[in-house]
Amino acid sequence: MKAKHQRLVLALVALASIIGAGLLAASALKDEAAYFYAPADVKAKGVEPGRAIRLGGMVVKGSLKRAADGVTIRFNVTDGKARVPATFSGIAPDLFKEGSGVVAEGAFDDKGTFVATNLLAKHDERYMPRELEGMQYNETTHEMKVTP
Amino acid sequence: MSPPCHKKAGSAAPTQRFPTCAIGKKPYWRSPPGAATHAALMHRFANPARFLKIARPLTQWLFWPGLALILIGAGCGLLVTPADYLQGQTVRILYIHVPAAWLGMGGWTGIALAALVQLVWRHPLAAIAGRAIAAPGALFTAICLATGSIWGRPTWGTWWEWDGRMTSMLVLLFLYLGYIALAQASARDGQGGVSHVTAIFGLVGAVNIPIINRSVVWWNSLHQGPSITMRGSTIETTLLWPLGLTLLGFSLWFGAIVLMRMRAILAQNKVEARMQRLARG
Repeated sequence: MKAKHQRLVLALVALASIIGAGLLAASALKDEAAYFYAPADVKAKGVEPGRAIRLGGMVVKGSLKRAADGVTIRFNVTDGKARVPATFSGIAPDLFKEGSGVVAEGAFDDKGTFVATNLLAKHDERYMPRELEGMQYNETTHEMKVTP
Repeated sequence: MSPPCHKKAGSAAPTQRFPTCAIGKKPYWRSPPGAATHAALMHRFANPARFLKIARPLTQWLFWPGLALILIGAGCGLLVTPADYLQGQTVRILYIHVPAAWLGMGGWTGIALAALVQLVWRHPLAAIAGRAIAAPGALFTAICLATGSIWGRPTWGTWWEWDGRMTSMLVLLFLYLGYIALAQASARDGQGGVSHVTAIFGLVGAVNIPIINRSVVWWNSLHQGPSITMRGSTIETTLLWPLGLTLLGFSLWFGAIVLMRMRAILAQNKVEARMQRLARG
């Protein structure tokens, strides 16, 4: 085996083992590196009241209610598997609305309601012009259909 | 660890145009007899004169079409395409942000490939390519982070969050800065390339590239998932086409910048070799 080939094998083995180590570390971080808890994670793991976390999911359509004081909003967050009630007092970002993604920072109270201290709107991977709003988007075929 | 090749001090013939760097007794760009064809092809371009003959016109061919594509793409992205249904006008930052992210990551992939060629085949141009890629790669990574931050404020309601995608991209910027620092520290060997340690660092840092790419898939993140995948694009065609122009344009431009920097490093080598010859009398 020539020195050149030895170096090639050594470099490739080193690269493969480093990438393997990186992937192992990344998969071990899976839960720790998550930016937020989804409602199903909360239900499965049981986050204790008062612990500061981030809760992320979709705002359930028709669940957004404004309280009488004008600044407090109540809404439900879902990930399709579970749903969690949440409240927030303050100015929500422009993109915060029903049916779109949200990441809320805060903690659960004793009754299991998530009291958010900060709201972030989560944007999804869809980009389209205004004229196409209201069209049906099929996630598996990536096709747009006009809904009557 | 020994340097890739040793300069033959004092023995350079007066007609020699480039610093001599020999493997055994032969100039380094001569492939050994009986070498495989791919190696022969690769070592053809180890001769700086042969490389420059191609690099000079290629720089022009990458620079001007690249600039034209960037201007057309960015202009159409600003003026022609419609606003997004949700984000409104801020969607237009996409036409800069995505090419910047692509080149930040592509730049490090280039550094890793150059490092592999340098470490395995001891190719002197690969060491120079690594140094040439580092600064534009770092610049595009910084542009990606800055435009993302500007977009995040109106869209998410925050300038910065420590989510997987943003953190791993920031790590990439720090990797670039570390690489540049190491390359600067090893600049005194006179060959214009980066040292072995720098090349190894470039190779190891490549671990971060798949992590950046997969960060939005593996972990819950604030950053949205990939829009353009093997299955198609979730960016509507009327918004997508200028992105193709700016992606190609910035990529060509990146190539032109790297070639220019490689030529500058080779020219610097030539100057230093001449100064040394003069100093020796």
